[in-house]
Amino acid sequence: MEVTITINGTPVTSEIEPRTLLVHFVRENAGLRGTHWGCDTSNCGTCVLWVDGSPVKSCTMLAAQADGHEVTTVEGLEQGGVLDPIQQGFMECHGLQCGFCTPGMMMTGRWLLDNNPNPSEAEIRDCISGQICRCTGYKNIVASIQWAAEHPATSEVTA
Amino acid sequence: MTAVEEVPLSAAGNPIGFGSMRRVEDARFVRGQGNYVDDVNLPGMLHSAILRSPHAHARIVSIDASAAEALPGVVAVITGKILEGIPRPSLLGDNFAWMPTLSYDTQAVLATDKVRFQGQEVAYVIAESRYIAKDALELIDVEYEILEPVMDAKRALDAGAPIIRDDKGQTDNSITDVHGNKTWESGNAESTAAAIAAAKADPNCVVVTQEIMYPRVHPAPMETCGSVSYLDKVTGQLTMYTTTQAPHAHRTVYAMVAGLPEQKIRIISPDIGGGFGNKVPVYPGYVLSVIGTIVTGKPVKWMEDRNENLVSTGFARDYHMTASIAATKEGKILAVDVDVLADHGAFNGVAQPTNYPAGFFNIFSGSYDYPDAHCKVTPVYTNKAPGGVAYACSFRITEAAYVIERVVDCLAQELQMDPADLRLKNLLRPEQFPYMSPTGWEYDSGEYEKTMRVAMDIAGYDELRREQAEKRAKGEYMGIGISFFTEGVGAGPRRDMDILGLGMADGIELRVHPTGKAQLRLSVQSQGQGHETTFAQIVAHELGIPPEDIEVLHGDTDNTPFGLGTYGSRSTPVSGAAASVVARKVRDRARIVAAAALECAPDDLDWELGRWYVKGDRERGKTIAEIALLSHSSLELPEGVEGHLDATAVYNPPNLTYPYGCYICVVDVDPGTGQVKIRRFIAVDDCGTRINPMIVEGQVHGGLADGVGMALMELIAFDTDGNNLGGSFMDYLLPTAVECPDWELGETVTPSPHHPIGAKGVGESATVGSPAAVVNAVIDALSPFGVRHADMPLTPANVWRAIQGNAIRVDMAVE
Repeated sequence: MEVTITINGTPVTSEIEPRTLLVHFVRENAGLRGTHWGCDTSNCGTCVLWVDGSPVKSCTMLAAQADGHEVTTVEGLEQGGVLDPIQQGFMECHGLQCGFCTPGMMMTGRWLLDNNPNPSEAEIRDCISGQICRCTGYKNIVASIQWAAEHPATSEVTA
Repeated sequence: MTAVEEVPLSAAGNPIGFGSMRRVEDARFVRGQGNYVDDVNLPGMLHSAILRSPHAHARIVSIDASAAEALPGVVAVITGKILEGIPRPSLLGDNFAWMPTLSYDTQAVLATDKVRFQGQEVAYVIAESRYIAKDALELIDVEYEILEPVMDAKRALDAGAPIIRDDKGQTDNSITDVHGNKTWESGNAESTAAAIAAAKADPNCVVVTQEIMYPRVHPAPMETCGSVSYLDKVTGQLTMYTTTQAPHAHRTVYAMVAGLPEQKIRIISPDIGGGFGNKVPVYPGYVLSVIGTIVTGKPVKWMEDRNENLVSTGFARDYHMTASIAATKEGKILAVDVDVLADHGAFNGVAQPTNYPAGFFNIFSGSYDYPDAHCKVTPVYTNKAPGGVAYACSFRITEAAYVIERVVDCLAQELQMDPADLRLKNLLRPEQFPYMSPTGWEYDSGEYEKTMRVAMDIAGYDELRREQAEKRAKGEYMGIGISFFTEGVGAGPRRDMDILGLGMADGIELRVHPTGKAQLRLSVQSQGQGHETTFAQIVAHELGIPPEDIEVLHGDTDNTPFGLGTYGSRSTPVSGAAASVVARKVRDRARIVAAAALECAPDDLDWELGRWYVKGDRERGKTIAEIALLSHSSLELPEGVEGHLDATAVYNPPNLTYPYGCYICVVDVDPGTGQVKIRRFIAVDDCGTRINPMIVEGQVHGGLADGVGMALMELIAFDTDGNNLGGSFMDYLLPTAVECPDWELGETVTPSPHHPIGAKGVGESATVGSPAAVVNAVIDALSPFGVRHADMPLTPANVWRAIQGNAIRVDMAVE
């Protein structure tokens, strides 16, 4: 079947098997490898991206279900060579180590701040509790999201 | 070398030396531009999948792959029988169906005779897409004759137990090491037994004996294991992108296994999504991807799914321990004896570097001053996945730290002493270092009491005890747990340690370009530790050039010198030392060049950060950048000096380094539900010099989460039929942001006296030290119920059973 998914503002049209997972479509058909795959069972959240502006675990959604919808991935955070504050927060606060869960964590963190610009620590922890990080013990991920909340207009110009 | 030393900043604002700075590697990761193995796609690449055994123990009667082979898009189906037919020109067996493990055992690449654990590799499909490869697995018809499995390590040596390794002609399920031993002992058996017997007979002494299990858990990195292999049949070059923590060691093993010439093998370990010891062994899947490219002539990708990762790759622990501790009634520890039954699974696949095959377990005597210690370890085969040394265990030190810290708390309970007081009474004193432990470890440095006092101050220990007493009076169950651990890391001295005969010295290469910018080539490999940042800081510290001017290369065997890789907290103690040594070589060479340029003798020059200058005339000098250019110029150099500043080094550590720490955990337990809530966790680590304190703290945070996970949630259990009950993230529970508290960290800095920059390594400290603190806190909370011990994981069900006085085996399913 043919599907067209708008990813980070660019329509991507591909002929796919109906069973193709959204995470595989994004990684293989669209060639955007910042979205990772980690568990198959919706438990780890390393595959989180946005569908129509809301976080979704893309390993348990079919690409066909996203046909005609808007998908945003980690590659869509940086705008015009300027990092999103959530990206800069993760750099400032050592919010990542191996980097594998990071795209999903940042997508959820950005979404939280878009809907709740000044979340409490408990609200941040609750919001990312569907995602697993094996490296950071979460403290610095929480701090990174807090940093982004405190610096909504801060950005770094990409070299 | 101390925390208070002033470090100048570069123009970019980074410390020219030690101090917190943002990580170099983050720029690509926050943009989704990391390059992990599954991101590697080569032209014409095929995909592959492994058919795994549904049974723990079964004879393979027949395999019919014809339907799979007929599926459009399937390129090849490989079985063990096919591998048996491929002759292997190597010393390690005559065909490809079996491979050596890293501990002198053999492991089936694909099962030929029997399957020996659920999830074992049975057949391998290569296809045009990963979906087709998975489809084909469903079409392979395997007929099994099911055999009784050995699932309980305690029954493995029973007379009449099913024999697992009949392939080796075994008549029981014992494991024999390379020296012919079936049990491994350390310490002094006689003096320890005598001390314990004397204590039993002495009314002024006590002996406490406790069975303590460290159940099977799994490192479960977020990225599973995989590889992309390509053999160019024209050049004979094998290129392998693979999830390995030890690219050079793997290259040598593939040369041995596949009989390929080592100079034609290039291992690229790109960005790695977490390792924790899971990515040290060589797995059948890696070997199969090599066989896949040999068979098809095309690049072949193999990526396991989460279930495959959890059921087949390197697990951790599975130690059944019985510990006895003798002490005076005043709380002076006299002796400790530990007897261990070690479940190694169906193949002895542990990667560990000592002649004592239980790794570093015999450091179990811990952080205390007493003369007599002894342990005996009996390893057995069971019908479970192979492994045992993984999950940031520092080669079994995590089991050692857990057993001593748990049994010391049991002793405190018996003596009705505060566990902090008991520890303070027995901790090694600063003047005892270097300290030779009763099992032969030479601890390098430590100020243990100081570290413990810092932790108690942060915790407000006395106030916590007061609060606990008030709560108990109200029927609320709050617990305070302490753990004091000592690790030995940085394996290791070549005279004592090797893996498959490969010594554990690490090479390094520092190139200084004419403009004064540098490239540092490492043998170790980062899985998130931030080597690209910290190793540049080490060179910056030694040469005085900004860290942003130093590019760190790692993870590609064609572009880096040989070394055994990153695990067991060894990168900083071994390769970090090598980085310091090689930079000092460059500095010494720069002195000769500077002397020639300044027309004086090298001895007439003094060093300040970044430049050599003439003694007594500070204005006359040359910076490293100036000297770098001069070293490439027509400047006449003394005879025997060839020019350029580039240098190489190999670092063979004289001893291990001994990081340590004190952790305090505060929990609240609901006796009605058994639920444990971690309220606070205080961690004070002493890892010697801190190169980048921000990164050190990040390493500690991650390890603390591991400890919370293992203490409360994580478990690979089995039922009696051999089914793995932890085969997905729905069953194998990992801590999230809501189970983890806001870690409270402190530090002391006691440099290692034998490491060039005094650093000790910290990657695994918190994983090693934290489980005991959590468990001790929970048991402390439950002590009013008369509970002295309960095994991990302390799930609500297990806590509730402990309260009822009805604890059960955690590692076996309830029948």
